[in-house]
Amino acid sequence: MTWDVVLATLAAAIKAGTPILYATLGEILAERTGILNLGLEGMMLIGALTGFLICSMSNDPWLGVLAAIISGGLLAMIHAFLTITLRAQQVVSGLALTMFGMGLSGFLGKVVIGVPIASYFRPFDFPFLSQIPFLGEVFFHQDALVYISYLLIPILSFWIYRTRPGLHMRAVGENPATADAMGISVAGIRYLYTFLGGCLAGLGGAYLSLAYTPVWLENMVAGRGWIAIALVIFASWDPFKALLGSYLFGLVDAVQFRAQALGLAVPSFFLNMTPYVATILVLVFATRETARRHLGAPAALGLPFAREEKT
Amino acid sequence: MNEKVRMEGIFKRFPGVIANDGVDLDIREGEIHALLGENGAGKTTLMCVLAGIYSPDAGTIQIDGEKALIRSPRDAIRAGIGMVHQHFMLVVPYSVAENVTLGLNKPRFLLNERKLEEEVGKVAQSFGIQVDPHAKIWQLSVGEQQRVEILKSLYRGAKILILDEPTAVLTPQEVRELFVTLRQMAKAGHTLVIISHKLEEVMSLSDRISVMRKGKRIATVNTKDTNPTELARLMVGREMLFELHKEKATPGDEVLSFCNLHALSDKGLPALRDISLSVRSKEIVGIAGVAGNGQRELAEVITGLRSATSGKVLVNGKDVTNNSPRQVIDQGVAHIPEDRKGTGTAPNLCVLDNLMLKCYRVEPFKNGPLLNLGRIREFAVKLIKQFQISTPSLETPVKLLSGGNVQKLILAREIATFSELMIAVHPTRGLDVGATEDVHQMLLEQRSKGAAILLISEDLDELLALSDRIDVIYEGKFMGEVPAQADQIETIGLMMAGKKSEMQQPAPAGIGAQA
Amino acid sequence: MSIFLEKRAQSSRLLSALVPLLAIILALLIGAIIIALSGANPWEAYREMFVGAFGSGYALSETMVKTIPLILCSLGVGIAFRATLWNIGAEGQLYMGAFAAGGIALAFPQGQGWWLIPLMVLASLVGGALWGLIPGLLKAKLNVNEIITSLLLNYVAILWFQYWIYGPWKDPLGYGFPYTAPFGEGAWLPTLAGTRIHLGLAFAVLAALFLYFLLKSTRVGYEIRIIGENPQAARYAGMNIPGTILLVFAISGGLAGLAGMGEVSGVIHRLQPAISPGFGYTAIIIAWLARFNPWLTIAVSFLFGGLLVGGYSLRAFGLSESLVLILQGLILFLLLGGDILTRYSLRWKRSRA
Repeated sequence: MTWDVVLATLAAAIKAGTPILYATLGEILAERTGILNLGLEGMMLIGALTGFLICSMSNDPWLGVLAAIISGGLLAMIHAFLTITLRAQQVVSGLALTMFGMGLSGFLGKVVIGVPIASYFRPFDFPFLSQIPFLGEVFFHQDALVYISYLLIPILSFWIYRTRPGLHMRAVGENPATADAMGISVAGIRYLYTFLGGCLAGLGGAYLSLAYTPVWLENMVAGRGWIAIALVIFASWDPFKALLGSYLFGLVDAVQFRAQALGLAVPSFFLNMTPYVATILVLVFATRETARRHLGAPAALGLPFAREEKT
Repeated sequence: MNEKVRMEGIFKRFPGVIANDGVDLDIREGEIHALLGENGAGKTTLMCVLAGIYSPDAGTIQIDGEKALIRSPRDAIRAGIGMVHQHFMLVVPYSVAENVTLGLNKPRFLLNERKLEEEVGKVAQSFGIQVDPHAKIWQLSVGEQQRVEILKSLYRGAKILILDEPTAVLTPQEVRELFVTLRQMAKAGHTLVIISHKLEEVMSLSDRISVMRKGKRIATVNTKDTNPTELARLMVGREMLFELHKEKATPGDEVLSFCNLHALSDKGLPALRDISLSVRSKEIVGIAGVAGNGQRELAEVITGLRSATSGKVLVNGKDVTNNSPRQVIDQGVAHIPEDRKGTGTAPNLCVLDNLMLKCYRVEPFKNGPLLNLGRIREFAVKLIKQFQISTPSLETPVKLLSGGNVQKLILAREIATFSELMIAVHPTRGLDVGATEDVHQMLLEQRSKGAAILLISEDLDELLALSDRIDVIYEGKFMGEVPAQADQIETIGLMMAGKKSEMQQPAPAGIGAQA
Repeated sequence: MSIFLEKRAQSSRLLSALVPLLAIILALLIGAIIIALSGANPWEAYREMFVGAFGSGYALSETMVKTIPLILCSLGVGIAFRATLWNIGAEGQLYMGAFAAGGIALAFPQGQGWWLIPLMVLASLVGGALWGLIPGLLKAKLNVNEIITSLLLNYVAILWFQYWIYGPWKDPLGYGFPYTAPFGEGAWLPTLAGTRIHLGLAFAVLAALFLYFLLKSTRVGYEIRIIGENPQAARYAGMNIPGTILLVFAISGGLAGLAGMGEVSGVIHRLQPAISPGFGYTAIIIAWLARFNPWLTIAVSFLFGGLLVGGYSLRAFGLSESLVLILQGLILFLLLGGDILTRYSLRWKRSRA
């Protein structure tokens, strides 16, 4: 096991973690306002498919990304409408969204299964920063979408914690009745961030089909949406911790992929299980930590809000 | 004084109930106007309409003689109206300054904590309100939190301030302080509306009183021209009994005793700190105290819903410390919980399902692993008749019953299943006078039949009327015990605020400090 | 004038019954639009689906075959829902049940006793129950979110299953394909004359009876209902919540496992990579649609069985079977959206200018 292999594995961990990172960030935005959106898997699949379709039709991966973002957001709007305006059960709505997204992407994607595309996101060296030993090889020999994700973390963090809109957003998730009484539009904020959450999920999906493995296969998201949902809890709804969690998961994924090169002789099926088992363990750990340190989910997570109701 | 607010023809419906039935109300500038009535009379709804939280189905509002369209809390704020709710609308993890400035657009984008806190501090001082802008809400006492609420409205330039049951969570001393503040504000030109159901307070604070009953405004009187009896009659529509018939106390053997109990709150802080008491049969021991001083934890420890970190609980001499709720129930302990809807019943299920909640595990209601539905039904029918629970049928979901009937259901269930020891927590909270009387009668009846009752309540009148002796709990300790007589109110009030009675050693200084 | 929603005092029973029906109809309409946009004729496509599912004796029997595992899984998911537990892992529990039953069958290739089938049934119940107990235990003891754990375990279960059929259990005479050897006939569930409808149907009906009886007349059933409605009250009443959670997950997983046994022993007669077209997931919709009522569950399962079988006919139109998933998602959306009308009524309010 040489140093080169380690670096290559770490770099691969980042690649593997990026789609999950986008999805996790998106879900953090939605959950911070109190909306639980379990439809990540479906939104990622739709994003992956539309991104792929548009890119193959237009030969422009950036257009594909745009399409993925919009389609992910639109799908999220269904969930938003059901849960915010119609006050439907958020868990079931999210599950329905997953099913719908899986079905729709499978249906529309039939024509492009396995079809390769000419242009997609390729890794390139980030000027100057890629020269840094170790860090440069791991972090700065990636594709554009990864670099964007690096930027997104501090931006979102700043937005959530240091701005007035962020203050309002967290208030909506903590105590919507109070936010409403203070003149904040609870529904408006929830719609906005659920939409943005969907956009990011779509982007995460597009990463899979336009950068990670430039191809469309049915159900290619393979449960990453669910892993992202678990990671939100692990990250305590914080963007930086989401980064940590996503890359940790990416590492598990990268290691099991390279198991043979790294000298591990385990049947591939068991290796493939590791991401899922690892996520379960992570969830157990995170749940205990959250309870122990009295860290909470946004207090109003998963509960519908209506001003006129005497509760 | 000129007219500040005029509400005409306010009509507001909720599913199944008309909360405001064509209400007219006028409020004069600079006055303290009390809105008096029982629970469910419509006072809070009416003021929520004024504050933009509810939208009336019909009716108009005029502010300073001009028509005002108040559709949302934002509109109300713009019209100069602010409301301090019974349940504070504060974001608990945030600081005072963040809560006060929530929803405002002043620092448009970037948050500058220090500047915010400075500004809020300045405004607070100008109104004479003592509060630390940097403190987080969960660090504040209830009285301080209320001050934050008041500051919120004043910060936004509210000239009309509505306070909903402001004294419900305060000690007698804090009530006095609040009244001083309110009178100052009225003198400075603010218009105040106080919603209350407490006759004495309303008499001592207000200039005029409007009485509401069943969604209508019954009358408006000048405070100096009226008296509690007249007000009570207006509130209730009939002569109210102020005295309950309570037999002389003849306590028997000790049924419940706990000693040196320690327990933690949900946040991991000490809630019970070396607390001891005994309750004998045929007596009611009242626990007085402002909410949040360990009452909830005490009830939960005794009934097995919370573990004690040290100390003992004995029922009929048997050690039941840290038993599971199941074991405590098996010992024959009845528990009327604080929270009717959240703990005491499953509101979506029917009356039958709720009545059998405690007895389904015992013969003859069980038959091995099966339920003896026939016997259970008989039992339920008997209870409904005996306790006069008003319900259309056994299959009616409990959430459709009135608060009074739900409480009667709980009482019926508990009394019928066990009759030796009862832990009753805020048993008449939110009930109207009629239902409250019924519940009080039931408790006294159980007492004469031999039950030992531990009564935890925030209502001093209730405690005085029902208990034989009263212990006051403060920050998890008992401050002292007094006989349940009206002349003890001052002492009780002092103990509620942390001052031990002269009988005991003087307590260290520090009123209002939270654990 | 503004329209808004106001909570009803009591849920409308009429709408409660109508909404599922309307949801299905509307979903089919939207599906028709999607089909039309894909270039096919929706009415022909639907007709083919209907005929393929219900149009002949053979079609009906095929639909029944698909209905059996749906009933079992939906009953399992439904009882969990009753306790407000989200068992999204029925799919994995099905595979584990199939694995356990398959293991027994393969261990006794010449087995011919009356004991073989019951043993397989038992194995599948245990296999599914144990797999269901993993999220159950995590929830009961550590309060870990059971949605995520049960769902992730689906992926693990399928991979586990695949390991065995690609590896140690692969049929040496199978030309390298990932199938096990066919089960000996002693391990086949008897079928109804001339059709593929197997004894699993009896299991399904028995299971429905069992659950109906459990919820109505037993102490455990009462506890499940209270825990589902208000866990705080359940705790106050001294109920053993962790114990009940475990029991519910065991039953839920066991039923799904039994469905798996039915598939491999009654239909496929061996183990192969795909033994379920998502029965475990469809079961969630069925349970929700049937409002966790055991008898409605049977009826709705039949409908969805038909949907599945009919979906295969879509291949002739060049359409993907994923359409069935789309329809399922749509039905659920519309159901959720329509549900609001049973709890809230539309009100008009004249605004005062």
